[in-house]
Amino acid sequence: MTSGQRRLSAVATAALVVSLAAACGGTNTTPPAGGDSTSAASEGGTAELSGQVKADGSSTVAPLTSAAAEFFAETQPKINVTVGTSGTGGGFEKFCNGETDISDASRPIKDEEKAACDAKSIAFSELTVATDALTVVVNKENTWATCLTTEQLKKMWEPAAEGKITNWNQVDAKFPDEPLKLFGAGTDSGTFDYFTDEINGEEGASRKDYSPSEDDNVTVQGVSGSKGGVGYFGFTYFEENADKLKAVEIDSGDGCVAPSVEAAQAGKYTPLSRPLFIYPSVAAVKRPEVAAFLQYYVDNAHKIVTDAKFIPLNAEQESKLKSDFAALKTQAG
Amino acid sequence: MAVLTTPRSNVELASKGRPVKETAFRLALLASLAIALIFLVALLAYVFIEGSPRLDSRLWSNMPSIRDPEIAGAQSAITGTLWVISLTALFTIPTGIAAAIYLEEYANTSKWYNRVIELNIQNLAAIPSIVYGILGLGIIARTFGLGFSVITASLTLGLLVLPIVIIAAREAIRSVPPSIREGSLALGATQWQTISRQVLPASIPGIATGSILALSRAIGEAAPLLMLGAVSFIRFNPDGVFASYTVLPIQIFNWIAQSREGFHILASAAIVILLAILLLMNSVAIWLRNRYQRRW
Repeated sequence: MTSGQRRLSAVATAALVVSLAAACGGTNTTPPAGGDSTSAASEGGTAELSGQVKADGSSTVAPLTSAAAEFFAETQPKINVTVGTSGTGGGFEKFCNGETDISDASRPIKDEEKAACDAKSIAFSELTVATDALTVVVNKENTWATCLTTEQLKKMWEPAAEGKITNWNQVDAKFPDEPLKLFGAGTDSGTFDYFTDEINGEEGASRKDYSPSEDDNVTVQGVSGSKGGVGYFGFTYFEENADKLKAVEIDSGDGCVAPSVEAAQAGKYTPLSRPLFIYPSVAAVKRPEVAAFLQYYVDNAHKIVTDAKFIPLNAEQESKLKSDFAALKTQAG
Repeated sequence: MAVLTTPRSNVELASKGRPVKETAFRLALLASLAIALIFLVALLAYVFIEGSPRLDSRLWSNMPSIRDPEIAGAQSAITGTLWVISLTALFTIPTGIAAAIYLEEYANTSKWYNRVIELNIQNLAAIPSIVYGILGLGIIARTFGLGFSVITASLTLGLLVLPIVIIAAREAIRSVPPSIREGSLALGATQWQTISRQVLPASIPGIATGSILALSRAIGEAAPLLMLGAVSFIRFNPDGVFASYTVLPIQIFNWIAQSREGFHILASAAIVILLAILLLMNSVAIWLRNRYQRRW
């Protein structure tokens, strides 16, 4: 052994000793920290908790969960709630892989997604937190289309209309000669899935010669910029842009119904109103920070939903939300 | 400057047709430059004017808010971007330089495997960034179990820009005259001493420029990070490499998709911040280049 090698091995030994000491030190300091968090939890809901809650999923529901997180920060500033927007499908993929605590969804979970969760033995519960009303909008100067039947909508949007239905007078002979300009949701969105399913009768079936956009502001600009324009998006976007656009009443056989909070709550705005969900996992609810966040979400659902400009649940749905969450808490123990 | 330019001729070559062609060519070059510049200036002016009402301290001292654009800020996105980009630099620059040194100074290019490596590096530089996102999700986030954290994002962005660093560093190393190496070796220095004391210091300007270009690309990436769980709403700064995070491009993307006008203004202001960070990085590169520039 040369002196150089000897020095090297001495350094290596020293490094090993130091790192072992550090590791031991680490284990020594852990118990008090753990003790702190359990004592905080046992003090009840008012105690200041810390930790992280991960939510991901639908970009439609994200503003809702984000608003909940923002309100919640006022009472529990040390709980870090993060909200991702992987889309409903992408959210479930992560959720069923055990990577998130709560999955936001603008449609109920599909059977194959449920199977993926079962395979990882992830138990969950479905909570309906708000209602959304897909709103069909036209230009302010459009005087003829105040009410459209679902058949007329289908005539405009079905795959068979591609390249053929290009004028309002083709939709209905009473309508004037005005070119039809269509703006809609991008094919990756839950909104597109829902609209095509309800109007065209098959999820994903739509004519392709329209201007699709994932960004609803593009639809707003498009429809407000052309007299014959027509588009659809969530109720929130209409409320924010009510000065630029006109909402169309929808007739699904029982007369014309305008999209409104009351109509959607009463279940009259069919078929374009839909429930919005969150899916918390049972394992996550066992953690005090997740339970506290969900408790806040459920207790203040009306405030959160109104603030995010969605349609709040009616009394019956709200009591169901509360009992569903109570059942989930019992399940989590 | 050590840059070679075509020396301007003192003799007027005034034979027929020449001046016309000369002027036309010069105008064509000017037009190309103008096209590039006009778009950049228009873009900059637009985001500045649009974002000016919100270009104040709220932008970096407040956390994001979905409820009120007036109190919303981008602090978590700014710190997230700085965390991700610093770690990316830490992973990529040493690895990239080491790979370039191997390829330029040690690799025997007559061996087939070295040629395969070379060809692959060129190809890697052209792969769409979303593909790296999928790779990062499958391997770094899930197989390595690093989750959706700052370190996953940095490693993935590091892989994404590594080929750019390698290519730039190789060019820089190649531009060091062989006489410098030969002189060093002739004086009895070993190969490593030659590289570390002569070749590397001389190639710092080129390497710095290449590295900053690579990091500038990484700082603007949103696509792969969308796959890697950069969240759209977070009110905390990252507190370590395993923390959740968001970055400026994603924050901007989210604000633009909001329905309220106030958020669009905020998005423009955040673009200005992103550009400011980029400019700061570029000026460091220019400073480094000027500081270490040598003439042979």
